[in-house]
Amino acid sequence: MTNIGIIFRRELASYFATPVAYVFIFIFLMLAGAFCFYLGGFYERGQADLLPFFSFHPWLYLFLVPALSMRMWAEERKSGSIELLLTLPVSLIEAVLGKFLAAWCFTAIALALTFPMWLTVNYLGDPDNGVIFAAYFGSLLMAGAFLAIGSCISATTRNQVIAFVITVAACLLFLLAGFPLVLDLFRGWAPQVLVDAIASLSFLTHFASISKGVIDLRDIVYFAAMIGFWLYANAVVLDLKKAD
Amino acid sequence: MIKTEQLTKRYGSLTAVDNLSFAVEPGEVLGFLGPNGAGKSTTMKMLTGFVAPTSGTAAICSHDIEKDPLPAKTCMGYLPEGAPSYGEMTVRGFLEFIAQIRGLSGDRRRARLDDVVERLHLGRVMQQTIETLSKGFKRRVGLAQAVLHDPQVLILDEPTDGLDPNQKHEVRSLIKDMSADKIIIVSTHILEEVEAVCSRAIIIASGRLLADDTPAGLVTRSRYHNAVSMRFEQGVDLVAVETEVGGLPEVAQTERNEAGDGFTAFPADDRLLLPGISSMAAARAWPLKELHLESGRLDEVFRDITGGAAQ
Repeated sequence: MTNIGIIFRRELASYFATPVAYVFIFIFLMLAGAFCFYLGGFYERGQADLLPFFSFHPWLYLFLVPALSMRMWAEERKSGSIELLLTLPVSLIEAVLGKFLAAWCFTAIALALTFPMWLTVNYLGDPDNGVIFAAYFGSLLMAGAFLAIGSCISATTRNQVIAFVITVAACLLFLLAGFPLVLDLFRGWAPQVLVDAIASLSFLTHFASISKGVIDLRDIVYFAAMIGFWLYANAVVLDLKKAD
Repeated sequence: MIKTEQLTKRYGSLTAVDNLSFAVEPGEVLGFLGPNGAGKSTTMKMLTGFVAPTSGTAAICSHDIEKDPLPAKTCMGYLPEGAPSYGEMTVRGFLEFIAQIRGLSGDRRRARLDDVVERLHLGRVMQQTIETLSKGFKRRVGLAQAVLHDPQVLILDEPTDGLDPNQKHEVRSLIKDMSADKIIIVSTHILEEVEAVCSRAIIIASGRLLADDTPAGLVTRSRYHNAVSMRFEQGVDLVAVETEVGGLPEVAQTERNEAGDGFTAFPADDRLLLPGISSMAAARAWPLKELHLESGRLDEVFRDITGGAAQ
């Protein structure tokens, strides 16, 4: 357990030791604001809530989270530091968790820095803050699921660009799993049970209810299970292929 | 101690390490020699648990590296090839991180940090980020990381690569200082290093163990062992001298040196050459510039052993 904490702190500090952190946070805040005000029609709606803000988060994460996760393991492979890390007295799962939690904590910081949105909406009207916090919580959970997918894919390659592109594609697949774009791929040949199962994996569907303030245990379990599954797969990938 | 049994690593049809079995006891500094691509690094990666062997076992401090990795990793320090580390960290931050992972705390942590920083002369770069350091400093940071917890077993993959002669000398004295009660494995292709620090040398090529001996023992395999080399002033009739020396019963053959101002006489059946040749030289009053007994040449033994395997 202490090793997770040590790796977590090292990783988190390394985000802020490079421009990565500042560029990411800046772009995230700019885009989150721009989407909300221009595409989401925050003012035109005339409602004191943050729905237009949260409804763009899945699309924001689709590109920004892979940009964060692509370096998690690919860079360790590229620089060779993976050999150092994995020959220290640290278990694979500790290394995977430490790195993941640091990246997740970093996205939480970026997300927390959107607080002026919350201040604005409270200044302009009288929103249901419970709904807003539920949506923040759901957004963070979803970011965790994206990150877990990205971390696992990053572990398969030493090339960050490949990690980025494949992660975006995989995340898009999960985002749209409930929509014809993905389902039509399976409808022709797969049994209905499988099609339904794939449809139920959609990030958008699970996030939609949380972003409206409805915290359903099934949605939380869904995202937690996604994170757990992908991090486990991450450890398996590393175990099978530590060296190149 | 370290013990490997039939350690083997195959990548597809390529056998990188082939049935390697050896044991190393505390107090030994084992030099791991071989041409590039011989399987030195792969062996070290298997010893440290980074690469899983295809078959065979390796045990560090009697912990199997595959079945019981954490205790095995705890008792060893490892400098991977190229001394990788986290470039964006400062030297201090990096060493503090390693100290935490190694479970060092309080006074001991401070004492160990001070010790390695002083031994490896890292004092003036402590606040610098590692990526801005020269190759020599990066290598020393890697070494500092490996020895920080004063491990029982030290595995160093080409520790002096990229260092200047002074730094090489310092790293070698560091290894010697630590060697008394530890097991140290050093891979290298620098032969003088083996003679300078190792108490034992293993030569591998194409993944197979070809020789396992002390450096002195290896040297006796050289055909130069106990040979006598001499060089002369200008004007001497070298052909006549060489024929005369070659006529001695204890001389098997002679060979002209590269400079062309002398030759080497090789002994027949390990017989001593020096008394006969030196008394002959005195009696004939040859204008000798140099006369010396060869102890043997490690580079020649190395080429002999590994060259044969490559063919």
